Amino acid sequence: MAFDNIRADHKAILGLIDPRSTVLDLGCGAGELLYLLIKEKGCRGQGIEIDGQAIYKCVAKGLNVFHGDIDSGLSEFKEKSFDYVILNQSLQQIRNVGAVLQDALRVGKKAVVGFPNFAHYRSRAQIFFTGRTPVTGSLPYQWYETPNLHFLSISDFINYCRFKKVNIEKNIYLGGESKILLLPNLLAQTGIFLISG
Amino acid sequence: MNMSDIGIVQTKYFEFAAPAEELALENGERLGPVRIAYETYGRLNAQKTNAVLIEHAFSGDAHAAGLHKGALKPGWWDSMIGPGRAFDTDKYFIICSNVLGGCGGSTGPSSINSKTGKPYALDFPLVSIRDMVRCQKKLLEYLGIGKLLSVAGGSMGGMQALSWLTTYPGSVRSVIPIATSLKHSPQQIAFQEVSRQAIMSDTNWKSGNYYGRTLPDRGLALARMIGHITYMSDISMAEKFGRLKVESAEPFKFTADFEVEGYLRYRGDDFVKRFDANSYLYITKAMDNFDALENRPLQEWLKGENVKVLVIAFKSDWLYPAHQSKEIVRACKLAGVEATYCEVDSTYGHDAFLLEIEEEAHLISHFLKKVFYEYEVTGNYGI
Repeated sequence: MAFDNIRADHKAILGLIDPRSTVLDLGCGAGELLYLLIKEKGCRGQGIEIDGQAIYKCVAKGLNVFHGDIDSGLSEFKEKSFDYVILNQSLQQIRNVGAVLQDALRVGKKAVVGFPNFAHYRSRAQIFFTGRTPVTGSLPYQWYETPNLHFLSISDFINYCRFKKVNIEKNIYLGGESKILLLPNLLAQTGIFLISG
Repeated sequence: MNMSDIGIVQTKYFEFAAPAEELALENGERLGPVRIAYETYGRLNAQKTNAVLIEHAFSGDAHAAGLHKGALKPGWWDSMIGPGRAFDTDKYFIICSNVLGGCGGSTGPSSINSKTGKPYALDFPLVSIRDMVRCQKKLLEYLGIGKLLSVAGGSMGGMQALSWLTTYPGSVRSVIPIATSLKHSPQQIAFQEVSRQAIMSDTNWKSGNYYGRTLPDRGLALARMIGHITYMSDISMAEKFGRLKVESAEPFKFTADFEVEGYLRYRGDDFVKRFDANSYLYITKAMDNFDALENRPLQEWLKGENVKVLVIAFKSDWLYPAHQSKEIVRACKLAGVEATYCEVDSTYGHDAFLLEIEEEAHLISHFLKKVFYEYEVTGNYGI
């Protein structure tokens, strides 16, 4: 399989998904990940995306996609409709995160969650030294234009899973293109989790 | 306004349901003989896997594309059908027929009743959307087509597409319902009832027996004026007419002072030249009575058939609002049907499905390509 020029987080998620499984990608954007999952892994995929222009790009890739928001789009699926529900870089933009995560684990047998780590050392340093809201590679927005509604760290998410009795099956921590094995909450820009209910 | 790339086309006619084999209608009555007007564009391939059925909206007809000899205006969806267009006639074989109950060449209330030798008028049975689709199935059998690549249509055309999905799921690879609904809301029924009342309150209507006499033109024109208001949006009307006044305006004479008034009058008067008042009554009733799912989940209708669905809605459409399209999507989600839904940004209101060509063409051409490609690759056409 040719994994060249594939985003590091997409490559990581490809490694978490079993071949020929069914996936629902919440906030699928222009459908890059979904397309890879279908092409490289033989998956059957469905996306949900709020942005109209992204929908046209998904359709041009031959993907099945629903135009709508994640908060209301998930509840209409039956239990265990998919092997995996994916929330990659979309969790932080959802209004009611708790309800969506719960529903993702109802609709999917497993869920994959990927998000920017707010506690990365560069963010910490920016807050500490400049006293301003951090703007970094994985959190590239100014406070007044960010689509992100929630700012969470890797430790926050692990803590949430413990509190809600969600099972973390696998985790991958990324700093840029490479995997982070040590002190992820400090050194990783992105956290990716495979969870089950 | 010669925009057509298809060139000159001709309406053809298919007759069936002769007296011994009359068509059994949904309401239990029988009808025959039945004539269906239709047109085709492009070529059916050897495997017969590239046929796409186009469904017209309420006031449409079989003339979807191309030019009739001597005509200046092409068919009603010409911008979508032709070489290189969304419904690409270089790749697909396109069929469009006039609905049962219509007045565009198919059997309807203005047709001659073979039993009496006179027009049916109100003796015409109350036909349904499913009856219309049943006639189309007969036409396709006659054309030798067992399985359609797709069925597509807007508004009432979308209802027919949904009816194909639930009635003949094994005969379609995909359906494209556009700006439509699983069933009419009370608001939609209300607008249709006001239109019907406009026709029936015209003294020339005479309980439908106006053929060969003065036609109920005022009532039909008024019905059409009401319709046109519902097809546009607040914004599209403001953009098109503003509060501009016509030059011939005479204050306090109740003339058509504003341009929007003149437009509606023109539309109404133009409509009576081409449409039958009784067809208006019958077809609007068929739409009101339509209920695609009848309180049964979609998967029960599909009987295990794998059909792909592309649902398209338009943001400013308040006659068939996006939430009705989302109901179709919801049924697909629950049934585990592979589907795509797009809410196209538009200010045109319900008319958008005839006007937002660029976006619609993008969605449809890619969707059809995918369905057709999978079809060809898997060879899943039962040979």
